[in-house]
Amino acid sequence: MGAHLLVDFGSTYTKITAVDIDKECIIGTSKAMTTVKTNVLEGLDLALEKLKVSYPDMPEITGVSACSSAAGGLKMAAIGLVEELTVEAAKRACLGAGALVNYVFSHHLSRKEIKQLRNADIDIILLAGGTDGGNKECILHNAKKLRDANLGIPIIVAGNKDAADEIEEMFEDSGQEFYIVDNVMPKLKKLQVKEAKEVIRQIFITKIIEAKGIKKAEEKTGEIIMPTPEAVLLAAELLAKGHEDEEGFGEIMVIDIGGATTDVHTIGEGFPKRSEVILKGLQEPFAKRTVEGDLGMRYSANALLSLVSPYEFKQYYEYDSDIESAARKRHENVDYLPDTAEELAFDKALARICCDYSMSRHVGHVEVVYTPLGNMYYQTGKDLSDINYVIGTGGVLINNEDAKEILKEVNKKSNKKLELRPTDPKILIDRRYILSAMGLLGQKYPKLALKLMKEHLV
Amino acid sequence: MKTVVIGVIGADVHAVGNKIIEHVLTEHGFNVVNIGVLSSQEDFINAAIETNAGAILVSSLYGHGEIDCKYMRENCQEAGLNHVKLYVGGNIVVGKQDFKEVETRFKKMGFDRVYPPGTNIEDAVKHLREDLGE
Repeated sequence: MGAHLLVDFGSTYTKITAVDIDKECIIGTSKAMTTVKTNVLEGLDLALEKLKVSYPDMPEITGVSACSSAAGGLKMAAIGLVEELTVEAAKRACLGAGALVNYVFSHHLSRKEIKQLRNADIDIILLAGGTDGGNKECILHNAKKLRDANLGIPIIVAGNKDAADEIEEMFEDSGQEFYIVDNVMPKLKKLQVKEAKEVIRQIFITKIIEAKGIKKAEEKTGEIIMPTPEAVLLAAELLAKGHEDEEGFGEIMVIDIGGATTDVHTIGEGFPKRSEVILKGLQEPFAKRTVEGDLGMRYSANALLSLVSPYEFKQYYEYDSDIESAARKRHENVDYLPDTAEELAFDKALARICCDYSMSRHVGHVEVVYTPLGNMYYQTGKDLSDINYVIGTGGVLINNEDAKEILKEVNKKSNKKLELRPTDPKILIDRRYILSAMGLLGQKYPKLALKLMKEHLV
Repeated sequence: MKTVVIGVIGADVHAVGNKIIEHVLTEHGFNVVNIGVLSSQEDFINAAIETNAGAILVSSLYGHGEIDCKYMRENCQEAGLNHVKLYVGGNIVVGKQDFKEVETRFKKMGFDRVYPPGTNIEDAVKHLREDLGE
């Protein structure tokens, strides 16, 4: 059967992984600069060349799958009615499909917000609002505003089904590109994002890839089937659930600390573990992804610094050098590589803060309520205290000797008692950077992808 | 089908009556959105906005209802819910008090219907039909 090639067009690097399907092993990996501006195939060819030099007796390539986060990845706007309900549901649909949610709007869209959308660089708008049979006035108002604005951006309508026909007529007449899918919140607090996610992926494959100049790659790779973050989420899901007789790891978490964002994925129900805890808020997705746009090692280094006080930063960093200029250097020069012990320590401090803060925002929280029947607790979000494994991926972690120590920041903390963080999970590192590749491979060969992940996450 | 939001307000965990109300109202043909016990005013209001409810039925049994319901009408107006009907019922005040006075106080707070302990839910059904129209 030969080798299957898995390609990830990243914003900086085009990374490839070759898997021997017969021998069930990873042949090798390589990378080259992504070349979106000229011809995206150049980068791919270069990476392939490198791979062939390192592994001359590689079998013939018989299949290729690819994902992409090049040219800024997939950028979306999420619009809904109430912030904690349909807006949140819309946001989760976008994140679960591997998108970055750059704009979030609630209630009636204003002229100012339409202007923001017009000036924004976004690929898809997800429009929600109202439960089925519930409020339709708001989504109709927003649909009309969007139609009149004529933004030229595809709109996915995932709100109250009672409004669907009217919106369809409205958009049909105006030539607006639109897709009507299941309501992301059909009943109060019930999340239903499957169809919305599928359509996001379809639009990504058919339209966005072309707009970002990656379409050319399809000559060689066949269809680019998903955004890279979705591939990571699918890999994590496969690893958690297992496949047929190959057992999975159970509840797991994947953390990817990047230059601009920190992504956290968890697979697990996260239901309350005790009887006096009452679950509040919108239903959580089984495979949940959150993205923190202000937590990153390079581009977001300045934003990160504004989150922590100098005193707090000193808890992570023992040197006396100027913190602000060190952060600025990273913000302005995103390809910066640390060379001194001091700079390495600074990077490590940034990574630990990314890890700690992204965890605070990802996990569920409890709140005490004093009732006549004794203390009760509200839980909002997922209880992740029983997570079995935390897996680190992304450039910062996989190349860092202290990766495991950095990831220990996920653990329960005495000063953050009300956060439902993991309690001493096993920590694994994706040293060979194969997670997104395994998410792709798992589409065709789930059992093999699972086996390889178990072998290579250490 | 008319939609109503029901729930138990504040730090109150009395779940049995809440279930009975849901059952009876559903039997009578209402679309019942039950937000359950330990619910805040915000939970009621958000639910009513998304589901386009005609009425919010607040239950309270533990005596602190009066504090929990304070400014609920104003908060509804703030959220754009000008036409939603507000009902409240149960043991809604501390101790034994004259119900007439209690009713007057809650009506002044903007509640449309106020029920003493031991009310039949069918009475509320009748009122809902009057207030929301059939």
